[in-house]
Amino acid sequence: MSVVSLKQVSRIYPMDDVKVVALNDVSLDIAPGRFTVVSGQSGSGKTTLLNIIGCIDKPDQGSVTIAGTPVAQLSDDALAEFRAKNIGYIFQNFNLLPVLTAYENVEYPLILAKVPAAQRRIRVMELLRAVGLEDKHRQTPGRLSGGQRQRVAIARALATHPKIVLADEPTANLDSATGAAIIELMRKMQRELGVSFIFSSHDQMVLGAADEIFTIRDGKVLSGRAHAAAPVRAHNDHSEISA
Amino acid sequence: MKTIALAFRNIVRNRRRSGATVAATAIGISAILMFGGYVNHIQFALETGYVQQEGQFEIIKKGYLDFGTANPAQYGIENYQDIVSQLKGDKTLAPMLVVVSTSLGLTGLGGNSDAGVSRTVVADGVVVDDVNQMRKWNDYGLREKYKPSELTGTSGDSVFVGKGVARELLICDQLHVANCAKPPVEAVDAAAKPLPTDIGDLAHAAQPAAASRKSDTPQMELLTSSARGAPNVAELKVVKAVNMGVKEVDDMYVGMHLAQAQRLVYGAAPPRVTAIILQLHHSDDMAAVRARVNQLLDTTMKGRGLEIRDFKEISPSFDQTVNLFTAVLGLIFIMIAAIVLFMVGSATATSVVERTTEIGTLRSMGVKRSGIKWMFVCEGLLLGAIGAAVGCVLALVLAWVVNMCNLSWTPPGATEAVPLAVQVWGDWGMLLSTSIDILIVAVASAWLPAGRAARMNIVDALRHV
Repeated sequence: MSVVSLKQVSRIYPMDDVKVVALNDVSLDIAPGRFTVVSGQSGSGKTTLLNIIGCIDKPDQGSVTIAGTPVAQLSDDALAEFRAKNIGYIFQNFNLLPVLTAYENVEYPLILAKVPAAQRRIRVMELLRAVGLEDKHRQTPGRLSGGQRQRVAIARALATHPKIVLADEPTANLDSATGAAIIELMRKMQRELGVSFIFSSHDQMVLGAADEIFTIRDGKVLSGRAHAAAPVRAHNDHSEISA
Repeated sequence: MKTIALAFRNIVRNRRRSGATVAATAIGISAILMFGGYVNHIQFALETGYVQQEGQFEIIKKGYLDFGTANPAQYGIENYQDIVSQLKGDKTLAPMLVVVSTSLGLTGLGGNSDAGVSRTVVADGVVVDDVNQMRKWNDYGLREKYKPSELTGTSGDSVFVGKGVARELLICDQLHVANCAKPPVEAVDAAAKPLPTDIGDLAHAAQPAAASRKSDTPQMELLTSSARGAPNVAELKVVKAVNMGVKEVDDMYVGMHLAQAQRLVYGAAPPRVTAIILQLHHSDDMAAVRARVNQLLDTTMKGRGLEIRDFKEISPSFDQTVNLFTAVLGLIFIMIAAIVLFMVGSATATSVVERTTEIGTLRSMGVKRSGIKWMFVCEGLLLGAIGAAVGCVLALVLAWVVNMCNLSWTPPGATEAVPLAVQVWGDWGMLLSTSIDILIVAVASAWLPAGRAARMNIVDALRHV
């Protein structure tokens, strides 16, 4: 069963008198537990695709099923709850809450998910240990380096055991060495936790780490291919793509 | 979290903006509280003055307030001693009463026959011991000295007068009244002609004992009409001239012993009074006392044509003054609320713009619209709460400083300075209600930008730079 299933999804943004087609009749399925990359040039529609998968945007046409739930029918509040339980986000600019410490940033989604305090404490320290920031848990983002911030963001995204972690160009604001370390960390976490990671990126380093890559151009998914880094599964079994 | 903790940290993060908002709110609240404290003091001082003089209640003949001043004899309460005994002995009333006294108001013509001058006066016959007891009333703990009646220890024919009366009767020098204006010389010469048929003769005829008038104590004659309509006059010793506070009263007032006033109005007939005065321990008991007295007036005192009036009804200027100050206070509150509304609204709106990406992040993490709204409303609430707390402390400190300075001022229409005090400490109701009102204003002002934050499109918010 796919963790993400899009059927004939279109998204059009009105811009003054012009309508910009961000996604055009996109259908795709993403298998669970994969390290998936959506690749394409700037303006190709990859961020829009991630937004729709992340339930923070709605398609104008088509159906979206995430983790087995058809999300089009959900109300705004229900969608918020769905995101809190099923989706983790990693942003290009890290987007940590500046007034909270690293510990509190990771704890925040657990509070939203109403996890008891004792369990929260264990989970947060476990994640900070996993991303190598156990000793920085009292630091606010302003006192952390870019790489450290992104590690906190990764820990935050994984806090609630989400089914999907979405990352929009997570290495774009990092130097190559740090970026490589972050990719390696995410790959490691993905393997250990069995979470589906879906990236948007055109960074070759990210592409190189992917289990599968979807290339998108002008709002259409051109191709989907299993990458050499991971064993390729049968096309009709896991990764069906149509545009 | 901690929504409140998060809101607090965001406030602290923007120290300068939050500081300005808190300072404006605090100064605004302290201004409201200071003026409110001043209004409190005015109200308590006025009430204390009235209660010391007239008690909280007077039992009078129906119609006395409207017509009795011109004809007090017709509105005298007969057998008033029975009523006083009944009131003092009433088990319901007794624990609430300090003094049950009586007074007789009359109008007449006061004259100084030696100087050939006279003027209309309003006289009040009182029981001196009762007056002294009533003047001790200070239920609000005001900063003022107890002053016994000017008639204390004086003979029955003694009176005291307002300084204006002393001035017009030309007895200031004899009474050693400071700053007493004197008439032009020609006016004195004209007035000093003999008065063959005036009140001086009447006084001499009525009181042959007036041979003693050449004593050191200045004298005055008081002409009034008796209960039967005939003129009656008495020669009285003026023991003191007192500043009555308000010029109109100062120019007319004569205070005298009740027995003397009764002799003037009723002569040998059974004496009456125009008012039975009730002074209570606490004004809070006024409703209970009024209810009980009305009950008595409808039962055991039925048919005597009496009614009970409180000091606010007798002296409408009390409510008028309090209402005036309350209206000004209301206006000040509205202006300060508008400033708080603008400051908090502006701070929240700026915060929403600055934290647009954060809003998008929180929403993408699963925070509901209501959560975003509450977060910003919470910030407004906290700004208001901190401002209110600082403002309350500031007002208490400022009020203490003002009260320690022993300032005084002369109100419009008054002839004597009164203490300027600010009564904030102890009026917890005012502190609480003002703080709550400002909190409501702060929440209301944060509501709109918070709603805008909650309605933000997540994708647009995340794209915000």
